[in-house]
Amino acid sequence: MSIPVSVPIQWYFLLAGALFVIGALGALSRRNGITIFLSIELMLNSVNLLIVAYARVVGERTGDLLTALNGQILVLFVLAVAAAEAAVGLALFIAIFRGRRTIDVNRLNLMRW
Amino acid sequence: MEFLTAHGPALLFYLFAAMALGSAVLVVTMRNPMYGALSLLVSFLSVAVLFFLRNAEFVAVVQIFVYGGGIMVLFLFVIMLINLHRLHEVRMFAQSAPLGILVGVLLVALFVFSFVGVGFGPALATPENMVSVEGQAAGNSEAVAWLLYRQYLLPFEVASVFLLVAMVGAVILGRRN
Repeated sequence: MSIPVSVPIQWYFLLAGALFVIGALGALSRRNGITIFLSIELMLNSVNLLIVAYARVVGERTGDLLTALNGQILVLFVLAVAAAEAAVGLALFIAIFRGRRTIDVNRLNLMRW
Repeated sequence: MEFLTAHGPALLFYLFAAMALGSAVLVVTMRNPMYGALSLLVSFLSVAVLFFLRNAEFVAVVQIFVYGGGIMVLFLFVIMLINLHRLHEVRMFAQSAPLGILVGVLLVALFVFSFVGVGFGPALATPENMVSVEGQAAGNSEAVAWLLYRQYLLPFEVASVFLLVAMVGAVILGRRN
């Protein structure tokens, strides 16, 4: 059984764009390192949404049925990279917190010119 | 009932799109990262529903498992490990926040410019045969597995080695020396 598409595809694009912008704002303006990480995950997830929506609509319009599935497999690889990034990044934050007792990115300025 | 069958997917889209957007705003604005992580979980689950609406069932379930299960537990444990008792004393936003807002406005302009008015031709394929493999009808998971273990076998193996490397790296970085 498949679900009919009743929303214009542009709405998916705009939703993914809005999620990406919200994530970018959080990543660029917050001071808490963990929140910056959460925002980056939000951006990765919005790109996944865009890939799935776009691959499906291109597959439908060109008649090339495997396009949508190729997009879904690309999303699986993005998920693997996101998981690895979260694991390494959070381990980094734990190591930083052990040494500096803070994860405020404004105070982690050891390598600032 | 008739209204629901005709407009159900659209209503679901609006509901979960609103939930995803609202919880994304909460992720960025919450002072305590614990609440931020829980809002992010709501956002991930809403996006998983949107994957279902796009006939990407396997990706939706993987999203719930990997993001909602694995990554979220990792975040929550790290937030609990890191001492945040002086949280209310520090400022939430960095000095570079205006620059970030400028970048955000530019991104919004770029997305509106590129997405609004994008036209697509008529559909040649129906959603039913989007999940067929070599002419045979198959479920979405079957079709994804078919591609993943044939055409994308090498990237799949590389991804697994990559995850192993990341795991070893995380263990070494998090180790007490």
